[in-house]
Amino acid sequence: MNYIPEGLRRLWHRMGSPRWFYETTGSWVPWLGVAAALLIGVGTVWGLAYAPPDYLQGNSFRIIYIHVPAAYLAQAGYMLMAVCGVVLLVWRMKLADMVMATVAPIGAAFTFLALVTGAIWGKPTWGTYWIWDARITSVLILLFLYLGIMGLRRAIERPEAAGRACAILAIVGVINIPIIQYSVDWWMTLHQPATFTITEAPAMPASMWIPLLLNVLGFNLLFALSVIQGTRTEVLVRERRTRWVTELCRQER
Amino acid sequence: MTSSPVTEPSLWVLFRGQLRRDLLLAFGQPSELANPLAFFVVVITLFPLGVSPEPDVLASMAPGVLWIAALLATLLGLEALFRRDRDDGTLEQMVLQAQPLYLPVVARMLAHWMVTGLPLTLLAPLLGGMLNLRPEAQLPLMIGLALGTPVLVLLGGVGAALTVGLRTGGMLLALLVLPLFVPVLILGVSAAELASSGLDPSGPLLWLAAGASFAITTVPFAIAGALRIGVEVG
Repeated sequence: MNYIPEGLRRLWHRMGSPRWFYETTGSWVPWLGVAAALLIGVGTVWGLAYAPPDYLQGNSFRIIYIHVPAAYLAQAGYMLMAVCGVVLLVWRMKLADMVMATVAPIGAAFTFLALVTGAIWGKPTWGTYWIWDARITSVLILLFLYLGIMGLRRAIERPEAAGRACAILAIVGVINIPIIQYSVDWWMTLHQPATFTITEAPAMPASMWIPLLLNVLGFNLLFALSVIQGTRTEVLVRERRTRWVTELCRQER
Repeated sequence: MTSSPVTEPSLWVLFRGQLRRDLLLAFGQPSELANPLAFFVVVITLFPLGVSPEPDVLASMAPGVLWIAALLATLLGLEALFRRDRDDGTLEQMVLQAQPLYLPVVARMLAHWMVTGLPLTLLAPLLGGMLNLRPEAQLPLMIGLALGTPVLVLLGGVGAALTVGLRTGGMLLALLVLPLFVPVLILGVSAAELASSGLDPSGPLLWLAAGASFAITTVPFAIAGALRIGVEVG
């Protein structure tokens, strides 16, 4: 294991301490908040007001500035939960469980946002709010997977057992996600009504994709901020019997 | 002091013993055996009543209806998979055995499949006929069910193992497990539909076979891990 750089190894050991995480990320939160607000603000205003209208879809394409980051984060969130699950089961890192517990509702919210913005986009583009095509159906199933993990965590009372159960479910789920996506995609190619095609954005001019990039970065930071804040809360809740937490609460008062 | 060598049962004896036990217990209560099958038949009967009894309509939806009913019947049978053993403490004994938990799990899944999935597969052609399924689709449907129901039982076993200690197991189990069933559903229905149209169904059937071999080799590890957790809970 001596090919792993010393700094990384030290970081890994430090992450075994929820307290270290709490104290280190304390100073990050305001910076993340400012950066996320800035990027999302600039990206959204530029995208909604200043980017040129699409030659096919007119102004309705502008929802991609929210839809694309949401859909991407929905998928990435589940991957993150699976990684946390592996870390929890293999290395028994408590922090991994706390992150996984936080990511589940946030990822589910982004999935829901992706579905809703997709439906809003669908109405002017395809004439209908909902259509059973490959991507929408896959995202819907992803939402069910998220809800399953949230339900399982809530149903098991002891946090340690709940964490390990959710870890197993997340790993089984993440292996199944590509299988589900490929099979749904294949099913839809057999049954796709020939009346419409998914409008893929062709090469976008810089005035269109730069705000998209800004929004993607901004939403990533927003996701990171939410996860960090949620994990900090989870740390305080789970470590509430330790001295450093009681000291902290006494000082805050 | 002389110590006698500790003789542990061989892995095959362990596997065979678990299989025998589970089959004996299952056949000891034949009414419980019949429940998923009865459910299967009843659900299929609802479709001509709820949608349309016209032969053409039934023929077009027969593969899907049969597969969805098989999915739901399997789900129903999963409830009791580990519950009885958990209630009388046998589950803890299973988890505490010195031999790998993988083997009793595979034996349990095999027994459960023989008792739920296999009868479903054998009953399907009859119900397919009632739903006006094309004759050339009957065999691909059966093969698909024979390959797919083990995967359903295994994936459902993970869900059942995770929720074995919970009071509200039922609906949560459905939410956990039905998304995982989707690929099997799609492949199985495609095989039957391709055969109905006169095309070659071997593509989806081969994928189902691949899925079944993958599931049989890897999913029992997940079930074993989930059982260890489930035993501590509640």
